[in-house]
Amino acid sequence: MRRQQNNIFANIDWFLVLLFFSLVIFGWINIYAASSTNSDGSILNFSTRYGKQLIFIILTIPLIILILFLNSKFYEQFSSLLYLFSILLLAGVLVFGKKINGATSWYNFGGIGLQPSEFAKAFTALALAKLMSDRQYNLKLIKNQIKAFVIIFLPGFFIALQPDMGSVLIYFSFFFVLNREGLTLRYFTLGVTTIVLFLLTVYFGTTWVLVSSLVLITIIILYISYKNKQFIRFNWPIVLATYVALILFIAGVGYAYTNILKQHQKDRFDVLVGKIEDNSGIGYNTYQSEQTIKSGGFLGKGFLQGDRTQGNFVPEQDTDYIFSTVSEEWGFMGSSLVIILFMVLLYRIIYLSEKQTNKFSRIYGYGLVSILFFHVVVNIGMVIGLLPTIGIPLPFFSYGGSSLWGFTLLLFIFIRLDAHKKYDY
Amino acid sequence: MKRNFLLVFLVTLVGLIYVGRLFYLQVIIGGNKNPINSATVKIEYDYPERGYIYDRNNKLVVANQISYDVMIVPKEVKTLDTLEFCSLLKISKEKFLTKIRKFKNPKKYPPWLPDVFIKQVAKEDFAYLQEKLHKFDGFFIQKKIIRNYPMKSSANILGYLGEVNEREAKKSHYYSNRDLIGRWGVEKYYEKDLRGVKGRKHFKRDNLNRITGTYKDGKFDTLAVSGKDLMLTIDSDLQKYGELLMTGKRGGIVAIEPSSGEILALVTAPSYDPNLMVGRKRSANSVKLFGDSINNPTYDRGLQGAYSPGSPFKIINGLIGLQEGVIDKNTSVYCYGGYQYGKRKHEFMKCHCGIYGRPIKLKTAIAKSCNSYFSETYRKIINKPNNTKIGFENWSNQVKSFGLGNFLGYDLPVGQKGLVPNTKFYDDRYNFGWRATTNISNAIGQGEILTTPIQLANATAAIANKGFYYTPHIVKKIDNQTINNEKFITKRNTSIEAKHFPEVIEAMHEVFKTGTGKYSQIKGIDICGKTGTVENFTRINGEKIQLKDHSILIAFAPKDNPKIAMAVFVENGGYGSTIAAPITSLMIEKYLTNAISRKNIEERMINLSLQNEYDKLILKKDSIAPTTE
Repeated sequence: MRRQQNNIFANIDWFLVLLFFSLVIFGWINIYAASSTNSDGSILNFSTRYGKQLIFIILTIPLIILILFLNSKFYEQFSSLLYLFSILLLAGVLVFGKKINGATSWYNFGGIGLQPSEFAKAFTALALAKLMSDRQYNLKLIKNQIKAFVIIFLPGFFIALQPDMGSVLIYFSFFFVLNREGLTLRYFTLGVTTIVLFLLTVYFGTTWVLVSSLVLITIIILYISYKNKQFIRFNWPIVLATYVALILFIAGVGYAYTNILKQHQKDRFDVLVGKIEDNSGIGYNTYQSEQTIKSGGFLGKGFLQGDRTQGNFVPEQDTDYIFSTVSEEWGFMGSSLVIILFMVLLYRIIYLSEKQTNKFSRIYGYGLVSILFFHVVVNIGMVIGLLPTIGIPLPFFSYGGSSLWGFTLLLFIFIRLDAHKKYDY
Repeated sequence: MKRNFLLVFLVTLVGLIYVGRLFYLQVIIGGNKNPINSATVKIEYDYPERGYIYDRNNKLVVANQISYDVMIVPKEVKTLDTLEFCSLLKISKEKFLTKIRKFKNPKKYPPWLPDVFIKQVAKEDFAYLQEKLHKFDGFFIQKKIIRNYPMKSSANILGYLGEVNEREAKKSHYYSNRDLIGRWGVEKYYEKDLRGVKGRKHFKRDNLNRITGTYKDGKFDTLAVSGKDLMLTIDSDLQKYGELLMTGKRGGIVAIEPSSGEILALVTAPSYDPNLMVGRKRSANSVKLFGDSINNPTYDRGLQGAYSPGSPFKIINGLIGLQEGVIDKNTSVYCYGGYQYGKRKHEFMKCHCGIYGRPIKLKTAIAKSCNSYFSETYRKIINKPNNTKIGFENWSNQVKSFGLGNFLGYDLPVGQKGLVPNTKFYDDRYNFGWRATTNISNAIGQGEILTTPIQLANATAAIANKGFYYTPHIVKKIDNQTINNEKFITKRNTSIEAKHFPEVIEAMHEVFKTGTGKYSQIKGIDICGKTGTVENFTRINGEKIQLKDHSILIAFAPKDNPKIAMAVFVENGGYGSTIAAPITSLMIEKYLTNAISRKNIEERMINLSLQNEYDKLILKKDSIAPTTE
């Protein structure tokens, strides 16, 4: 304890710090490429996007020092307060916020925009860790499960009102935390089945999916009954419920898809499942992104040599589509390196979380890794054309101060907690 | 501890899937196959001057003129003031709308590719257009070089320029859609020399098609290289004179300089003014000219017309006879108004030599064109080795050594092989044994054998040279350098030794002194030649109908140190002596003396029209190409 106060950098995991800076710096190089189309040469031109991003990056250093300066107990003790503070900010933005691109997500302080949803993730992770690290807490109890769900989805509720559906989705990633702490896979299986059935219904139409899934489930039940003669006799309510749920869900999805979803929402799914091929309308982003990635080839075209990047062919290329810049200018080598860097980062956090003796730190670590994983999967999946267009940033890479600081906050709180554990015997 | 594997597993799984997807996108189907991507790089072309073409006396035959096309880039076209635009381009609103609609079809017209909107605007409108057109997005003016043919003749030699179509452009590394390219004649054959290399400038462009600077600092830019000038072997005065003489007739005249193989004149009739294939009327005229199946003005009869050679072929048979030793200059044959080649009564070939029952020697036989003499000679050649097949194959090869029966390899893009039958040809045709008498008509050039006028002219040059020829060619110099193409400077020997020629040449001289050509002799010039009258037939509903004979003649002059060898072919012209002979002698006189002493003959020939004959032909049959026999 004494030594720690003398040196705030004592025992911190330098490997994570190194990964952080590698990603941030490589990210900035690509933001420079993507936003310096009329390259005027000056790096320190602060009216440009890359200039601003450089300031944001420099400002992470005082932020990091502040985070490391605070005692790890501080985060545990003040987690509820910080959580409440972020809920207030999220509620407040709906009233005082500035509407940009149809969503009220931004506070505007004299020209500087702040996005509270980017910081809320970290505080939600702290709050969840606080709740679940309590000795009295037993996740088996439905009551406790509901408490956790409230903490997770309260920010999601306010973000949904902005509305910023991409950021709402992030909160589903906390499932991994619950799972780690003992929640069964049942929810997960249910969720995945739901999504798969939904996509199949959109693609093949209600009738086909309904008929074939009913046939499939019947075969499974017949098989189980054949193995276990008593199965139907004892489990008939569940079997019945399964049939009813299946019919209701598929029919409901079919109905919702044709009657409730708006056209632009439908289009996103249609483009994703390949039902419509559209290279100029809604599919333009994905099409351009894929063309850009393809043109990069194995070794890439080189820094500032990506003619599709330089020609602004991909929209939002320094924010959500920054990965296409990496792919074009650095080729397969660069793009797969970024994926590997992220994988290493995630493995490292999982490894460190598992080593935490303090339950709070462990749960927080899992919150962090879940959020990062979800961001990376959704963002890169979108850019490489495997997932629908959901606008969330690539951690440490995408242009934007709030996003960068939000992730810095998330990561370095963990680094602080991790550094502390070594004295916690 | 078990549960943490879910995330580890998912991180690994997703990581592998994503890297795999990137590998598929970037390495398997992606990559830099063509670094210059049409979406991000705009290429501007600088078209060089196409090479000029001169005749052998340095007279300008083909020149250039500048033309301005209004181009469209369909993708960039924005809403515009139709009225102003139409009045600027001097087109009607309807025409504008149809054109715009046409370019709206992205399957046929890729939206980012420039295409011609209005072809060749008037020169006087250019400056004004240039100033105003920038107001209209998606339109610009492209300078192009088009041709100008001051000589107004020789369309078959010069050819014309056409446009590269999209299919060709896709296959080509050089041409873009709608570029000009040589389509016929010298323009086609020497396309690469004439066109030069167009310059390319590359510009970066962004998603809104704005130019954002030069691409890679001009690393891929190239400068235009001017086309090379050509000097033809053609004597344009002789060529024009030949075309004049062929007025109202169908056929071809080919004149070759024997000592070099240079083509002095290559006349086909009917022809057309090459300027018809230039400019805005080009496509309309092209449809007219190529659609004219009656006159066939785009068919080069000098190169593509395969006819029976008729009597001039007797010369070659005589030479082969001498070479094989089956005859000598004193060998005599008796003619009784024809030649009985078989036992049956109908196996008899008539002869019009008019020397009844007296011995006929080679010289007389050629001068009087005796069928009997050459039938006998032919039979002796074939039967010499006591094996028809070996004898015939030998004869066939010797005929081919004169450049007959195959493409000559001249530097023009069209031609015909003609036909010199070999043993296999008759084996396939007759399932019974055949003998020299089966195809005895070959003796007098009326059998299966077919030749084109240029082949005959070349064979004549070989006779004039006493046994060798140079492959005929039409280009003398490229970029002021005399051509050194092996093909055209290699001496090609016939199978006949030089010693056999003088007797034959004497006989050919006799033709113009006392024989069938005597009315066409010129004082002071020793012409050697041989007339021919070729029977020809056509079939209507399987019925064989005889048409008026083709008039034919081969000749060279002067007898010593020959300067010109030619073949003249006039379809349905009748006797060789009445049309082909005077035309030949006028051409020779024109070329050798550059003056015409016999104005009356000249006038008669120019005014002689065979149109009546050709009109009868249309009435008689529905197909145009005569099957000669």
